[in-house]
Amino acid sequence: MTRAAMRTALALFAAFALVPPVAVELGDPFFLVIATRIVAFAIAALALDLILGFGAMVSFGHAAYLGLGAYAVAILSRAGVTEIGAHLAAGIAVSIAFAAVTGAISLRTRGIYFIMITLAFGQMAFFAFVSLSTLGGDDGTALAQRSTLFGTRVLEDDVWLFYLSLGLLAGLFAFARAIVGSRFGRVLIGTRENALRMEAMGIAPFAYRLTAYVISGAMTSVAGVLLANQAEFVSPALMNWHRSGELIVMVVLGGIGTLTGAIGGAVVALLLEEWLAVFTEHWRLAFGAVLVLVVLFAPGGIGGLAERLRR
Amino acid sequence: MTNLFLLQLLNGLQLGVLLFLIAAGLTLIFGIMDFINLAHGVLYMIGAYLMATFTALTGGFGTGLILALAGALALGLALEALIFRRLYSRPHLDQVLATFGLILMVTEGVKMIWGVSPLAVEMPELLARSVPLVGPLRYPVYRLVIIAAGLLAGLALYALIAHTRTGMRLRAGASNRDMLSALGVNVERLFALVFALGAMLAGFAGALVAPILSVDTGMGESVLILTFVVIVIGGIGSVRGAFLGALLVGVVDTLGRSFGPIVLRAVMEPAAASQTGRTLAPMLVYILMALVLAIRPAGIFGRAAR
Repeated sequence: MTRAAMRTALALFAAFALVPPVAVELGDPFFLVIATRIVAFAIAALALDLILGFGAMVSFGHAAYLGLGAYAVAILSRAGVTEIGAHLAAGIAVSIAFAAVTGAISLRTRGIYFIMITLAFGQMAFFAFVSLSTLGGDDGTALAQRSTLFGTRVLEDDVWLFYLSLGLLAGLFAFARAIVGSRFGRVLIGTRENALRMEAMGIAPFAYRLTAYVISGAMTSVAGVLLANQAEFVSPALMNWHRSGELIVMVVLGGIGTLTGAIGGAVVALLLEEWLAVFTEHWRLAFGAVLVLVVLFAPGGIGGLAERLRR
Repeated sequence: MTNLFLLQLLNGLQLGVLLFLIAAGLTLIFGIMDFINLAHGVLYMIGAYLMATFTALTGGFGTGLILALAGALALGLALEALIFRRLYSRPHLDQVLATFGLILMVTEGVKMIWGVSPLAVEMPELLARSVPLVGPLRYPVYRLVIIAAGLLAGLALYALIAHTRTGMRLRAGASNRDMLSALGVNVERLFALVFALGAMLAGFAGALVAPILSVDTGMGESVLILTFVVIVIGGIGSVRGAFLGALLVGVVDTLGRSFGPIVLRAVMEPAAASQTGRTLAPMLVYILMALVLAIRPAGIFGRAAR
């Protein structure tokens, strides 16, 4: 990662850290709600960038892991387990299992096949939760309370939840950076560039790709746990394939394979949605147009645009 | 029980035929242009909406159908010329993103034009009846017409692909586009033709199904994902595979939904069986897809990935 990207990342984190005091100053708690959602989605985008940017795996089913994390909160809370550590662990464990099985099948394929298969598995998870009537089915279910942190109910406070989310984002960002910089990461990038050559060097790409896929899924479920807590509500809408598409949008908007870009992309995409929604209920029309125009005229996303302007 | 089975088999066949109409064009677009088009379901949806508008406007089912087809074709060609053409040589990721944006745009546009409440399309009186099948069992004529129309379209497509010069070029394009271009075939015109064909088939499917479904903005998406499953099972670029995959998915999905709970009741308590059945049934086609891929990663009729 370049020094410029690191500086951008640090600036982003500093800006995030300033949101709660500013929100309090402005007396608008809604800022905090949006900021928490942005941070949670940034975690998911970061996770997706890890496989999309560094392993060239275009997963169109990552929303499933958001849902698995969110439902871990709902299901465990109902069973009387409210500790967020347990929720995270359960979400991660289930996601690892789901990612290992679906990943092993999906990674037998490439290109268009891979995109479509991950999409199909994502929808499979979506429909499974839609039909689970004990959890509210299509309508979803409200949480009785937010998760507890070490037995205390501090997360009921939006500021605490925000800083916890931010802490998790920072930790996972460092984790993702460590992965990319490690030997494992180099092999992953190698399989992106030329899988055949990696095989010739005596490295079987499949195991590396699958491991990366599983790690990415597990990371995404963390975002799901946070989103469930933020909204205090869980529904299959979180796993809808539009969500998966939005995650890809975030990664690409920010510039793929940069990690920092994924965070920036989440900020831009969600703020753009909020901003457009102020003007018209038909904001999706404009949002879609922005996507088409970015692809046609600004390949590389915001990061690429900034890069070109700098030159 | 046998009667119910026969009935659901026909329903499954009808769903399969519809899926085939959409998948046939899409698999050619994937196969020949190596272009992932998420927006194909949009044409299906537009076909249904245009059908609703034109039948209401002209009062005739036939004229409505023809106008809807023409509309879907025009939209397909416009999209190809304005947007898709610039994306053929781009990475799959760009194609995913642009066509995803297009879905958002068109779906929202449809909401603005036609509103959010679902539309209904009048069935022609001649077809709004049912015929006896076996014993007391009756089946709606209109659904039989859908099955017949879909099979006919499939037959026509087979004739086009297997027995005409254009079809020969399509097949050649699906196996090696660069070589085809080097041999002097105008590949760009071929691409436009494939799009026109795909748009028309998808629009046709939407227009056909409009009288038996409520026409709403979600219809394109639900069918799009199933179409992807069909194409993955059949193999990208293979119309034959799309046909087999579509019928397989249609029948498995329909039978799974109606018989899943019944079969499970034999091994579980009724309440648990109906819950498990309802959860498992929608997953069946994906499990089917996983099974096919575990054995043949490139689908039943697909060539190994290039």
